[in-house]
Amino acid sequence: MSVNLSKGQGISLQKSDGGTLTAVRMGLGWRSAPRRGLFGRRTNEIDLDASAVLFAGRQPIDVVFFQHLVSDDGAVRHTGDNLVGGAGQGGDDEAILVDLARVPVHIDQIVFTVNSFTGQSFAEVQDAFCRLVDETTGEELARYTLTGGGDYTAQVMSKVHRTATGWQMTAIGEPSVGRTFQDLVPAILPHL
Amino acid sequence: MTAELVRGQNHALDRTRVEIRITAGGPVVAAVTLGDAQGRLPGTEAVAHPGAPRRTGIEVPRQAAAEHRLAVDLGALPDAVHRVSVLLALPTGIGALTTFGAAAPPSVRVTDLDGTGLAGYTLTGLGAESAVVAVELYRRAGAWKVRAVGQGYADGLAALLRDQGLPQAAELAAEIEEAVGRGHARAVPAPAPAAASRPDGHAAPQPPAPDTTTPPAADRAAAAPPAPSDGHSAHAPAEHGPSVHAPSAHGPGPTAPTAEGATSTAPPAGAPVDYRHPKRRATPAPATPTPPVGAPGDPVSPASPPAPSLPVAGDAAGWSMEERLYNQVWGMFEDLTRSVAAYRSAFDFAESRLEQELDTALSDPRNRLGTAADAARATARDKHAALVTQARAALDRDLAQLAAESEVVEPALPPAFARWDSPVWQAHRSAQERPMALRLGDLHLPEVRDLRIPMLVRLPLERGLWIDCGPDTYAWRGPDPDRAYARRELGSALTDGPPDEAELRRLSLETAVALAARMLAVHPAGEFAVQVIDPGGTALPALAPLLETGVLPAAPVPGAQGVATVLEGLTRRVDLVQMAVRSRAADALPPDVDTADQLLIVHDFPHGFDDRAVTRLRYLADEGPAVGVHLLMVADRAQAREYGPVLDPLWRSLLRITPVPDAHLVDPWVGHTWTYEPPLAPRGSQVVRQVLARVAEARRERRS
Repeated sequence: MSVNLSKGQGISLQKSDGGTLTAVRMGLGWRSAPRRGLFGRRTNEIDLDASAVLFAGRQPIDVVFFQHLVSDDGAVRHTGDNLVGGAGQGGDDEAILVDLARVPVHIDQIVFTVNSFTGQSFAEVQDAFCRLVDETTGEELARYTLTGGGDYTAQVMSKVHRTATGWQMTAIGEPSVGRTFQDLVPAILPHL
Repeated sequence: MTAELVRGQNHALDRTRVEIRITAGGPVVAAVTLGDAQGRLPGTEAVAHPGAPRRTGIEVPRQAAAEHRLAVDLGALPDAVHRVSVLLALPTGIGALTTFGAAAPPSVRVTDLDGTGLAGYTLTGLGAESAVVAVELYRRAGAWKVRAVGQGYADGLAALLRDQGLPQAAELAAEIEEAVGRGHARAVPAPAPAAASRPDGHAAPQPPAPDTTTPPAADRAAAAPPAPSDGHSAHAPAEHGPSVHAPSAHGPGPTAPTAEGATSTAPPAGAPVDYRHPKRRATPAPATPTPPVGAPGDPVSPASPPAPSLPVAGDAAGWSMEERLYNQVWGMFEDLTRSVAAYRSAFDFAESRLEQELDTALSDPRNRLGTAADAARATARDKHAALVTQARAALDRDLAQLAAESEVVEPALPPAFARWDSPVWQAHRSAQERPMALRLGDLHLPEVRDLRIPMLVRLPLERGLWIDCGPDTYAWRGPDPDRAYARRELGSALTDGPPDEAELRRLSLETAVALAARMLAVHPAGEFAVQVIDPGGTALPALAPLLETGVLPAAPVPGAQGVATVLEGLTRRVDLVQMAVRSRAADALPPDVDTADQLLIVHDFPHGFDDRAVTRLRYLADEGPAVGVHLLMVADRAQAREYGPVLDPLWRSLLRITPVPDAHLVDPWVGHTWTYEPPLAPRGSQVVRQVLARVAEARRERRS
C-alpha cells in the first residue's frame, strides 16, 4: 500500500517483522510530450532526470545521475537516462536502485531529487510522479504526484538516512528550481 | 535455444502455453501453487497437487514419479494469479529418498508444447531438503517470466506451504501425501504374494512393489518398499530385515571412486552415491527445527530466512559455462573494485574529518586553557577510529564473500582462464574450439594482496601486447610494501636497488613464452602459430621450450635478414586475408597462406630494424588484430628513443604488461591502480613444456 506523503513526514524502512529493508528504488515517471503538427520532431520533448546525492555528514561524497550511473562503491545504480518519458501508465521511466546493505559506512544520508532538464515546469508535464519502492517486495513506500505541483522545475523528493537500527526514509517534498542536481544543493542542505 | 538458468536468474517467456518437464533422481511429487502479487496463497484452492490435479490453466500428475510433465496455460490463469511456483517434494511413504541431496540433482525445463526448450534449471546444491520450490513463473509488466528459485525446505512440504502464507499448510501437506499414496497404490499392478516376491526382489529389479494388501495409510506408515534402484542402500530401513542384504545378490556395488577423491570419508561400497560436494559446507537447513513464532498461519512468520547463499562457480549469465565463468570473474572484479572504493572513500572521509576536527579544536580560543582541547582531540580520534573500524569490517565482510567465491571459481576455470598451477592444465590435451577469453595474468589491490582476480581479455586480442623489460620503469622510488610483498611471496626480481637488467630480460622472455604456450594450447591444433623475430639471437635459451617441442619449427633467423623475411611474410598474409575478407573470397587465398592466427614475438626491438621494418611493424600492429595477426613485443622503450615520437602511437596501441608485479593497470569503473602480476608457471614447474609437447603432438595427429 502506498503512502501519499506529506512534507516532512517520516517512515521507518523497517519491516513489521523487524527485518530492515535492504534495497529501495526511486522511480520517476512522466508522460512524453504529445506529437502534433507536420514536423513531429519539433515538439518540445520533456526530459526529467532523477538523481541521488550521497552525503557523509553534510558533505556531498558522490552523486548518481545520468552522467554517472553507478556510485563508485556500486551501492547506488541509475538504470539509465530517459530523454522523452513514457506512456504515462504508471511505470517508472527512470529508476535509481539503492542496495542499502552495501552503502559505505560513512554515507549517512542519500537524497533523491528530480529535475526538469528541458526546463518545463511540473505544471506542464502530464502524469509526472516520483515514488520510493521497496525493491525486495515491490511495495510502494511513498509517492509524490509532481503534476500540478506549481511552477517549479525541480523537487528535492526525499532522503533515506541511517538511524541507530537501520535506514529510515523521510519525505522532503521541497519544490525548487534548477536544471540539474547541482542547482539543488542549496535547497538540499537545510534538510540534512 | 534453451537458456540455462542459475539460481535467481530469470528469463522472459514469449508464449503462454508451456510445458514444464521435471527429471529427478527418484520419485518426486510435483505440485503447483498459484500465488498473488506478494506470492501468498489465498487458500488450498490455489494449489494444484496430486489430490486435486486440475486447476484453471494448470494440470499436474496424480502420482510421484522420477519424470513429470506439467501443462500450464498462463493465459487461462485468473488475473489475480501473479506467481506460479512449481514445487517438488519427496513422498514420505514410497521411494527410499528422504533428502534431495542423496540423489542426482533434479532438473526442470520449461518447454514449448512441441518440446522445444525455452529455459532449463538444474537444482544443484540441495542437501537435507525434502521439498523445494524449483522455478516460478511470474507476471512482470504484463508478460510472463520464469525464474530459477531452488529454495529448499528441510521440514518438507508443510514448511514450504506455510512459507507461502497458506494457513492450512499442514493439513494440505497431509492431504497431498495421502493422495500420492493412493495414486501409488493404484498405479502398481497387483503383485505376486508378498512372501514370494520379497526375498528375490533385489536380484531381479522390477517396479516398486509395495505391499498393496495393506491399506495405503498403513503402507505409508510402514517402512518404504524396496525400490529397485535404492533397495541395496545401506540406509534402507531395518524393517526389511537382513535377508535382503546378501551382497552377492547385487553383484559389485557402485565402486567407490578410486582416484585421489577416495579419502577416509569414502562411503562403504553399496551405499548410494552421495552427490553432495565432499568439501563444501553443508547448506544450513533452511527451516530450523524450532516452530515458527506466532500462529501457524501467520503470514509474516519467517519460516526460512534465506541464508547468505554459498558461492557457486558459474553463477552469472551466459549461454555456456565458459561465458558464465567469464562474466562471473568480471563480476568479482567489479565487486572488489567497488568494495575497495567504498572502503577508501570512508577512510578518506574519516581522515579529512579528523583533520578538520583537530584544526577546530586547535583554533578554538576556549580550548587554550584546561583539558578541553585534549578531550576534543581524543573524541575526534575516537570517531576516526570507530569509522575506520566500521569501514574495515564492511570491507572484510565483502572480502570474505569474494574469497569464498574465488575459492570455488578458480578450480572451475577452463585452461584458458586458469593459472598454470591449476590441475586442468595437467589434464589438458588439446582444445576443440577457440576460447572466448584468455587469462593474461592476475590483478590485485594493496588492501587485499592475497585475493587475486584473473585478468581475462577477450580473444582474438584487439590490441597487441608489450612486455616492458626496461629497467628504468622499475626503478626504486621509495619504500613500497607492495614490492616487498611481491618479493617475499612471488619471488619478484624487483629489489630496492636498481633492478637487475638481465633478470628482467629473462623474466620478460619467460612471460612471453608462457603467454605463447597458453595461446597455442587453448586454440585447436593448427589454428594458432607463433613466429619470432630475434635479430640478436639472444632469446634462444628462453625459446628452448618452443624449439625443443617443435612448436616453433626453426630458430629465428638472426640479423636484419630475419626481421625483413618474417615481417614481409606477415604483411603479405595480412594484405591477402584483408582482401579476401573484403571481397568475400576466403577460398581464393593462395595455398601457401597460413590461415591460422599468428602471434609474432618481437624481441630486441629496435635492433635489426630499419625504417621500412618499423613501418611494417606499425602496419601489423594496426591492421593485424582484425585478421588474426597479433603482436607481442618484448622491448625496452628507452632503447627505441632515437625514433622519437614516431613510435609513440605504437606503444600506446599496445597493452603494456610487465614481467614482474607492477602497479600500472586501471580498472574501468572507479580507476583504482591495480598491481598486475604476470602469468608465469611456478618455479621449477614443467607445465609449460608439457603443454607445448601436447600441442606438438596434437598437430602431428592432425596432419596424419
